[in-house]
Amino acid sequence: MNALGLYNYWIVIFLMMTGFYVVIASGNLVKKIIGLNLFQASVFILYISAGKVSGGSAPILREGIESYSNPLPHVLILTAIVVGVATTALGLALVVRIREAYGTAEEDEIHRQDESL
Amino acid sequence: MIELVNFVLLGLLAVTALAAIRLHDLFAVTMMFGIYSLLAAVVFVVLDAVDVAFTEAAVGVGISTILMLATIGLVGRQERRPSHRPLLPLAVVIVTGAALVYGTLDMPGFGDPDAPVQRHVAPRYLEQSPEEIGIPNVVTVVLASYRGYDTLGELTVIFTAGVGILALLGLRRRRPSTQPTEQEKT
Amino acid sequence: MRDNPVLRVVTKIAIPLILLFALYVQFHGDYGPGGGFQAGVIFAAAFILYALVFGTRAARTVVPPAVLRTVTALGLILFAGVGTVSQLLGSQFLDYDALADNPLHGQHIGIFLVELGVGITVAAVMITLFLAFAGRQDEP
Repeated sequence: MNALGLYNYWIVIFLMMTGFYVVIASGNLVKKIIGLNLFQASVFILYISAGKVSGGSAPILREGIESYSNPLPHVLILTAIVVGVATTALGLALVVRIREAYGTAEEDEIHRQDESL
Repeated sequence: MIELVNFVLLGLLAVTALAAIRLHDLFAVTMMFGIYSLLAAVVFVVLDAVDVAFTEAAVGVGISTILMLATIGLVGRQERRPSHRPLLPLAVVIVTGAALVYGTLDMPGFGDPDAPVQRHVAPRYLEQSPEEIGIPNVVTVVLASYRGYDTLGELTVIFTAGVGILALLGLRRRRPSTQPTEQEKT
Repeated sequence: MRDNPVLRVVTKIAIPLILLFALYVQFHGDYGPGGGFQAGVIFAAAFILYALVFGTRAARTVVPPAVLRTVTALGLILFAGVGTVSQLLGSQFLDYDALADNPLHGQHIGIFLVELGVGITVAAVMITLFLAFAGRQDEP
């Protein structure tokens, strides 16, 4: 097992962890959602990396091509991207409503207001 | 050659993600996210996933970024700087990352044609779909025919999210009283 | 942005091209990269560009919210409807073999309609998302 063969996975883990870090370390709700999106995109890259076949071609059948990359991860991620943006928008809509109700999108500020009730 | 391009692009992705952490201006963070999505789309082209790259370029760079900008316009663009150093989150992230790296050690190598993922249903899709369906783009075939249930479910999720947004924000103007002449009934 | 003549003219030239490209992606998805999801997003991008340049009020007269709501449901109904019709014709839910005399032709029709349903719903939801967020802001 050579290290180069695992390079993709390690970068994906790094990207995943940056997204994770933004989600848990940042207090701003919009930045948290951006962090979730970074995390999500890293999962997409993980799936597509797993589907790649060395020397393969894009899975559109043509004459004279023997080896294709795996189409199944492509299908899963294709739909996941569009579902991802729809759910992201739902999260952002919640942030907009929270900001209208509390006057801030900072997490600790919202907690403080809740406790003072 | 592809390995080299892949190597460089993934490195750039890592740099962009780091920049997104360090910035506190949400506008700049959103722009970093747009660049990140565009780089991810290029990575998908390199890894033969042309359909996915197409979607990521349209959704990640276009729609997501615009929605984030619209939100920042409503919420405010400056993030408050943290008052203390975030040591606990950093420790959690490093431990999780180390565990995941340990988990990759017995994963099949990148591009291995004999990996379990390549030997399951994918060969059947590639070999049988010309006789069964007769459409060259296998991704479309699997999406719409072999995994139609899956796609129907995904579409329902998108529909539900749209309904949720309508419930939360609505399509009518919020304060028609400021401009009474533009009041509109829907 | 409505007062900038360059933006106005370029937008008016670009929007038909974007719509045409979206239709190409939608209907050529069987042979090249593309399909309902991508086409829907690109189609919505044309409307979003219009709303950005001419304002959300103008965009709402182009696609009234009532129409948008109906169209959102329409795509999903088309998808589920194709499944139900194939069931009524004697095959399984979402198995398109029964839609025409020979299975290959049936699959073609089924995939075409299903992708169309996906494209319609995705485009309508994306336009809804943008108008909902942008309509929240007070327009000058």
